[in-house]
Amino acid sequence: MNEIFAAAVSILFHGLAYAMILYIISVGLSVTMGLMGFVNLAHGVFAMAGGYVTVTLMNDYGMPFGIALLVAFLVIGALSMVMERVLYARLYGASELEQVLFTIGLVFMAVALVRYVWGPLPQRMTLPAVLSGQIDLGFRTFPVYRTFLIGVSFVLVLTLWLGIERTNFGAQIRAAVDNRRMAESLGINTRRLFTLTFALGSGLAAFGGGLGADILAISPGYAIEYLVYFLIVVAVGGLGSLRGPFVAALLLGISDTACKYLVPELGAFFIFLAMIGILLWRPAGLFGRM
Amino acid sequence: MFNWFSSSNKLAPVDRLVKSHQLRPVELLPWAAAIAAYFLFDSYLPLGSQILIMILFAMSLDLVLGYAGIVTLGHAAFFGAGAYAAGIYAVHVSGEPLSGLVVGAVAGAIVGFLSGLVILRTQGLTLLMLTLAVGSLLGEAANKASFITGGADGLQGVSIQPILGLFSFDLFGRTAYVYCGIVLFFAWIFARRLVHSPFGRSLIGIRENVTRMNAIGSPVRGRLLTVYTISAAIAGIAGALLAQTTQFVGLTVLTFERSGEIVIMLIFGGIGRLYGAFVGATLYMIAQDQLSEIDPIFWEFWIGLLLVLVVMFARGGVLGLLDRAIQRWRRRS
Repeated sequence: MNEIFAAAVSILFHGLAYAMILYIISVGLSVTMGLMGFVNLAHGVFAMAGGYVTVTLMNDYGMPFGIALLVAFLVIGALSMVMERVLYARLYGASELEQVLFTIGLVFMAVALVRYVWGPLPQRMTLPAVLSGQIDLGFRTFPVYRTFLIGVSFVLVLTLWLGIERTNFGAQIRAAVDNRRMAESLGINTRRLFTLTFALGSGLAAFGGGLGADILAISPGYAIEYLVYFLIVVAVGGLGSLRGPFVAALLLGISDTACKYLVPELGAFFIFLAMIGILLWRPAGLFGRM
Repeated sequence: MFNWFSSSNKLAPVDRLVKSHQLRPVELLPWAAAIAAYFLFDSYLPLGSQILIMILFAMSLDLVLGYAGIVTLGHAAFFGAGAYAAGIYAVHVSGEPLSGLVVGAVAGAIVGFLSGLVILRTQGLTLLMLTLAVGSLLGEAANKASFITGGADGLQGVSIQPILGLFSFDLFGRTAYVYCGIVLFFAWIFARRLVHSPFGRSLIGIRENVTRMNAIGSPVRGRLLTVYTISAAIAGIAGALLAQTTQFVGLTVLTFERSGEIVIMLIFGGIGRLYGAFVGATLYMIAQDQLSEIDPIFWEFWIGLLLVLVVMFARGGVLGLLDRAIQRWRRRS
C-alpha cells in the first residue's frame, strides 16, 4: 500500500512539474492563436531560444538562475516584438496553409542557426548548489529544482491570471478575443495589443524554456520535438482561453508521466489517442468556444 | 502562334473547361526529362529513383492539399504505412515486388480511410492537429512494435525478387529507376484523369467554397473521404517503392519532418496544378543532395529562408512564377 502511495505521489509530483512547464510555454500560444487566429508553429522556437540564452548566461557568464531567466524573458520578448511587426503582421489575413508554411520556414532557420552556434549536442544546465539536492517536505523528500519550478510557476500563473482578470490591459485582451471588431470600435488599439500580447507570450515561452531546461532538454531539435506537445495543450485546452490550456497541460503532463512510468512499452501512444478522442468529442477543445 | 501552356486560349471559358483534359505537349516534358536523365546522369540513378518516389508522394499530397484544400501535416503516416507494409510483406511473405506495391497501397488506403473517417469531421486548426496526431501515433506505434518493425534499428533483411521474374535490381540502380518511373507514369495517368473528372472538379469546388458545395447538395464529406483514401493509397505506393528500392525501412518514413518536407516540396513547385510535384520534388532533392554536401550545417537554413520567401512573394511556387512570367511576356508581344 505504501509503495503504491509513494509511486502515485512521485507521478503526481513529476507530472505537475512537467505540466507547469508545458503551460508556461504554451499559454502565450493559446492567447495569440485565439486573438489573431494565427497558426504559429514557430512558438517552440521562442522557448528554445530562451533555453539557450538561460543556459549560456549561466554556464559561460556565471549569472544566477533567476537573473538569467529574466534576461531571457526580456531579450526574447523584445526580439519577438520585432519579428511580429516585420514578419508576422504581413500574414494576419493569409490562409492557414500560408501561415503554417511561413512558420515552418522560421523553425527550419532557427534550428539551423542554433545548431551552427551551439552545436548539435544537448546543452546541460549546471544547476546552482541551492537548487540541486533534495528538500524534506515533512512526509518525504523531493528534488529541490522541481519544487522550486512548481513554486515559481504557480506564482507566475497567478500573476498572469490576476493580470488578465483585473488590469485594464487584461480587460482589453479579453475584449479583443471575444469580439475584435467591437473592441476596435470602442477605441482599443488592437494592433498594439497584438504586438504586446505576442511579445508577452513569447517572453513567457522563453522563460518556460529556461526554467524547464532540466526537464525538456535544450537541443537543436527542441522546436520540432516538443512542438506537438505545445500544440496539444493549446488545441485540447481551447484557443484564446487561459484556464483551458492549464487543465490540458495538467492532463497531459500527469498522464504522460504516468504512462512512461507504468507502461513504458506504450510510450506516448496513449497521449495521441486521448488527444484524438478529446478533439472528436469537443472539436474546439475542452474550454473553447464553438 | 503555337501555344505551349494551354491548348485553347482563344476559346470561350466553357470550351476551355470542357477541353482542359486534353493533353498539352508541355505535359510530356517531365517524361522526356526523366528518360534523358537515365542516359545523361548514369551515376546519379539512385538519387533519380529517390526523386521519382518523392514526386509520386508529392503528387498524392497535391490531390489532398492542392485540389481538396485539406491542410495536412501528417501525410507521412500513409507513406510510412505503405513502406512498413511492403517491407514486412517482403520479409515474412514474399519478395515479389508488384504484389508488394499492392500491399503498400492497401495499407495506405486503410490508414487513410480510417483516419479520414475520423478527422475529416473537423476543420481548421483542429483538423491540422488531428493529422499531426495520426502521424505521431503511427510513428510511436512503429517505434514501440519493434518485434515486427525493428523499432529504432529499422526493418532489416528486406530482399526483393526480380520484377516479373525477369529484371533483378542491380547495384547501379538502373532497374530501380525504370521501375519507379513506370509506376509513377501510371499513377500520373490516373491522377490526371482524376483531377479532370467531374469528381476532381467538385474537389476544387469544395476547396473554393465548401458552404456553397454543401448548399447545392454535393456530398462533401464523402468526396473528401474518397480523395483522402485515394491519396493515401498513392502515398502508400510511394512508401512501398522506397522500401523495395532501398531494401530498408527506418522510423524516418513516419516523422513529422517527412510530412513537413513533402509539403515544402509541393509548395516550391506550386500546389493544385499536378506538375508542382514534379518540379518541386526534383529541385528540392537535387538542392538537398548538392547543398548538404557543400554546406551541411546551413542547408536547413536556406530551405527555411526559401520557404519564407516563397510564402511572402511567390505563392504559386516555381510554376506560378513561370505562369506569371509567360503572361507578362505575352502581353508585351
